[in-house]
Amino acid sequence: MPPTPDLLITGGTLLDPRSGDTRRAGLLIRDGRIAEIGDDLSADNVETFDASGKLISPGWFDMHVHFREPGQEHKETIETGARAAAFGGFTGVACMPNTEPPIATRDVVEFIVKRAQGLPVDVHPVGTVSKGRKGNEMAELGDMAAGGAVAFSDDGSPVQHGGLMRRALEYARTLDKPILGHEEDLTLNDHGHMHEGAVATRLGVPGIPALAEEAMIARDALLAEFTGGHVHVQHISTAKAVEIVRQAKAQGIPITTEACPHHWALTDEAVDASGFDTHTKMHPPLRTAADAEAIKEGLRDGTIDAIATDHAPHASFEKEVEFIAAPFGILGLEMCWGLTGRDLIQTGILTVAEAIFKLTVAPREILRLPVPELAEGAEANLTIFDAETEWTFEAKHIHSKSKNTPFVGAPMVGRAWAIYNHAQLVQAEPEAVEA
Amino acid sequence: MQTDSPNKPVEALNPEPSTQNHQPGTLKHRHLLGLADYDADEIRLILQTAREMKAILERPIKRVPSLRGVTVVNLFFEASTRTRISFELAEKRLSAEVVNFSASGSSVSKGETLKDTARNIEAMKTDVVIIRHSSPGAPHFLTRCIRGVVINAGDGAHEHPTQALLDLLTMAELELPKQPGLADFDFAGLNVSILGDVAHSRVARSNIYGLKALGAEVTLCGPRTMLPVEAETLGVRVTDRLDDALDGCDVAMALRIQLERQGAGPTGLFPSLREYHDRFGIRLEHLDRYPDLRIMHPGPVNRGVELASEVVDHERAVILDQVTNGVAVRMAVLYLLSGGSTLE
Repeated sequence: MPPTPDLLITGGTLLDPRSGDTRRAGLLIRDGRIAEIGDDLSADNVETFDASGKLISPGWFDMHVHFREPGQEHKETIETGARAAAFGGFTGVACMPNTEPPIATRDVVEFIVKRAQGLPVDVHPVGTVSKGRKGNEMAELGDMAAGGAVAFSDDGSPVQHGGLMRRALEYARTLDKPILGHEEDLTLNDHGHMHEGAVATRLGVPGIPALAEEAMIARDALLAEFTGGHVHVQHISTAKAVEIVRQAKAQGIPITTEACPHHWALTDEAVDASGFDTHTKMHPPLRTAADAEAIKEGLRDGTIDAIATDHAPHASFEKEVEFIAAPFGILGLEMCWGLTGRDLIQTGILTVAEAIFKLTVAPREILRLPVPELAEGAEANLTIFDAETEWTFEAKHIHSKSKNTPFVGAPMVGRAWAIYNHAQLVQAEPEAVEA
Repeated sequence: MQTDSPNKPVEALNPEPSTQNHQPGTLKHRHLLGLADYDADEIRLILQTAREMKAILERPIKRVPSLRGVTVVNLFFEASTRTRISFELAEKRLSAEVVNFSASGSSVSKGETLKDTARNIEAMKTDVVIIRHSSPGAPHFLTRCIRGVVINAGDGAHEHPTQALLDLLTMAELELPKQPGLADFDFAGLNVSILGDVAHSRVARSNIYGLKALGAEVTLCGPRTMLPVEAETLGVRVTDRLDDALDGCDVAMALRIQLERQGAGPTGLFPSLREYHDRFGIRLEHLDRYPDLRIMHPGPVNRGVELASEVVDHERAVILDQVTNGVAVRMAVLYLLSGGSTLE
């Protein structure tokens, strides 16, 4: 990516996700910083991005991605993941620790930080809660935090031992870091492969009960209350789970949560309708229509703080197998905004500013990261987008190394057109820039 | 047909079977993946054809040339004796070329994917694949990997359509005074109870879909641990009391208890075979109490577990008729799906 230190963005509308205020203004960026904001800006010998009809917000942040490096570079690398993020409008991500080796020690944390240097997307590692991600004893949380870990999670191997979770929450509290939970009581999930319900009953597929997720969220909400540590519920997927978080928040418990687009855009019926297509297999699984509605309501009423994608690349040869043998997970970065626009904004569930808040301010506040400002003197970290463009997601829009998505052919509303971060402009459609 | 992208996008789906160019007396589907998407007309066509096939099986020379030149592969990824033999006999009696491929364990543990296995076999110019696999949906996946006709011989706990078809044919042969329509494949008013581990049974699912299509009433019965969640959404009655299931029942279909599900650690489904038999096994006293009750079982039977040994051998048990009908039904399915030309 050639550096574009100086850039004039004209014709756009600045959006403040906290207040919802908008302002028509140009932005002059010099040496990666916002030098000037104002009307009728002009500058000589500077590339111009015509943002007419488009919105400009602080750069978006996806707090839940799997970039697979180190160890599974055939699925994704930090560089290819960042490419997908940039296409999707994201200038920052938090990457999960289920790598090989896992992000369980400071050296792996620092490896990721180093690998991400120079990219236009900030990549923040999440360290494990337990040593080796094995759930037996606490990892060196303090050392990993010192190396750059923004939070801790055992990811798809959730901490089953309540005592360990208690200690980890107490310990992480002193570091002012949240613990992110893939919430699941594994004893309640007997090798399931899709949501346990009417569709799984029809198809004879071993089910993953909603109860497994809900029971663990209830435990962790109580542990958050007891310890004062911050629990963040990842990829919340059931109606009752949303209700548990809603009630916990009402009691002042330090708990936050995120939702993924596929959990509101699709239901378990897709497994049947697609003839067991493995692109309908992820974890937590696609749930029922009632669950999808509850997620939308949770997003609307603020119970669900952030939108995240659980971007989970898998190689084609890994997904092109029978349903039971396929790994869980689908891509998320490239189609997140188009599904948000289609299902949340166009339908009136969220305003544009509310949706952008869940993609900018909320995830960074959960992770205690500074939120970029659209202000003179600030480092330029921004996303140029609209919420109206109607388009169809095509294979060519996939920028990940892997191709595993059920959304090829799906209608989308809203496009991210470009990001600017670390003195680099990355455009979704590169021919748009004028020299 | 697209062969290079087994995973079609969900949003670009066309779940409807192609009904264009459908001729009367032929099936609307290219494959037999399950009975869930076969309608009553198709099921009746198979059963009627099976009846004609059965007449062939009564002849001294039990062979017709219908599938001469057609190559059928029996692709079995799970151990199976009777289903494989039944298919093989059906294939041979239709004069098809037969190849058997058996692999224990999953394709993954074998080191070759199902896609590669199937495409390699098809590269040898085969026409029809009979697949048994532990993964639900494996036959559906196969239709996206290869061009040939796919017949499901059991996919996980999903479907076992030829088993259900042979069960339907067996029921149609029952002489039940109150059910005059059976011989014409009209099952309205017929009450069938399926007993046992319904949750893990592909036989149960295919029977439910087939029986419902022909108009029968279906009751599922077993301990709650063996009944799938939201089972009522299948359009069936659900009970955990054996007497409830047998009262007013015409046909009781006992499912094979998979012995490994006993105990099996903290998530086992039942505590002991003895207790299962006491609470859900069909015993002579039940045959005495319900004099019109007929007994079916997909086999192999665990004598003394789901059925008392005396019940297995009882004249009102039609278990061996089921086996005989299996060959006829599989002949009919093969014949109809591979475009056989003549029965003579």
